[in-house]
Amino acid sequence: MIAIVDYGVGNLFSLQSSFAFIGQRAEVTADRERILNADRVVLPGVGAFGDAADKLNASGLADAVREAAARGVPLLGICLGMQLLFDQSEEFGPHEGLGLIPGRVVSMRGVAAGLKLPQIGWNALHLTRPHPLFRYVREGDQVYFVHSFHGTDCGESLLATTEYGGAVTAAVGKNNVLGCQFHPEKSGKVGLSILKAFAETEDFTC
Amino acid sequence: MISKRIIPCLDVRDGRVVKGVHFEGLRDVSSPVELGKYYSDAGADELVFYDITASAENRGLFTDILREVAQNIFIPLTVGGGINTLDDFDRVLKCGADKVSVNSGAVRNPGLIDEAARRYGSQCVVLSADVKRVNGAYHVFVRGGREDTGIEALNWIREGISRGAGEIVLNSMDTDGVKGGFDLPMLQAVCAFSDVPVIASGGAGCIEDFVTLFRECPQADAGLAASIFHFGEVLIPELKRELKKQGIPVREV
Repeated sequence: MIAIVDYGVGNLFSLQSSFAFIGQRAEVTADRERILNADRVVLPGVGAFGDAADKLNASGLADAVREAAARGVPLLGICLGMQLLFDQSEEFGPHEGLGLIPGRVVSMRGVAAGLKLPQIGWNALHLTRPHPLFRYVREGDQVYFVHSFHGTDCGESLLATTEYGGAVTAAVGKNNVLGCQFHPEKSGKVGLSILKAFAETEDFTC
Repeated sequence: MISKRIIPCLDVRDGRVVKGVHFEGLRDVSSPVELGKYYSDAGADELVFYDITASAENRGLFTDILREVAQNIFIPLTVGGGINTLDDFDRVLKCGADKVSVNSGAVRNPGLIDEAARRYGSQCVVLSADVKRVNGAYHVFVRGGREDTGIEALNWIREGISRGAGEIVLNSMDTDGVKGGFDLPMLQAVCAFSDVPVIASGGAGCIEDFVTLFRECPQADAGLAASIFHFGEVLIPELKRELKKQGIPVREV
């Protein structure tokens, strides 16, 4: 069972539908035990980092997510859920993240000088190294982004970038902890193939 | 580089798509699910479902059908029509809409934009404006284009953005239905100040009109159309191939 962590942020209907569409059972849950017993965990999220981090902490589910990650359960953060994996974000002042991926979340203003923010739309993935999460993805495949902030200083955890003014972090991974800045559940066949790879892969270390 | 988006708009009445032709492989041309799938497979970058259901009793049919669409189509879905309150936002978002487009409801109560942006985020709030030239000025029309509000359109759009609208659909009533091309002067006037994406609507008649749009108004982010897609006059894969050939960034499937 795939647990989609419900901490009161965002619309989880499409995410659950996407997994159903590829034949995977996903459950939207706010139950700590369900999360700890899941084969895989998805951390979704939209909105502002500080609010979401507060809600995740207040719900007590931040610890459950950390614990699942520490046990080696594959964890996928999506959009703001990916940003929450980082150490820290500067959105509306510094906020602490889950500290599962090294790096900081910063405004894209510096990279995307003169461009509209948020970045809303389809953009190409540039894979920085081969990774099981992207085994069905070809270099240049497009996915759907909606964001104004992105992760930086993620070192070897960087898996993919996209071009918006300059290089923007599109995906990260450190062992079993993975994150997509884009929305795989809204990225057509390419997105579904990423969710499929996430659901199928046993070992993400590479 | 971010791709220019191509967006078909489907009018839905009592749970059925209002107009369309029979495409190959499509059993039921009035089924929002089948038509949505058809467009999604053809490379549409986003779908807009516009609820033109007249009676409140039948509104439930729309949310049922929206749920079914969202279970089967995995590209962004925007919903408009009859959005007047936060409850309306809630109703369609719970059924799988990603963005909600407000029009008359926001003109009547501009605070709706602020409230919705605060609750759901700006990325979720699309301000759709029906605009027509009246005595040389751009006026906002409401109630499906039947009523002139007298409100100056550029000021209204500016206000909408500052209240938290995350995208603008600019529908020119002067070019809508004429199939003579998008309203470039009106689009350029909005793109000159908009720091959020602008979706061009009204007037597309052929592939060349989209090429001209993105060439003459490079700040426009997307082109929206209805009948030319539904009647098969423009096929999305062909449109995308031509845009790509002309050096305009698009997503090909």
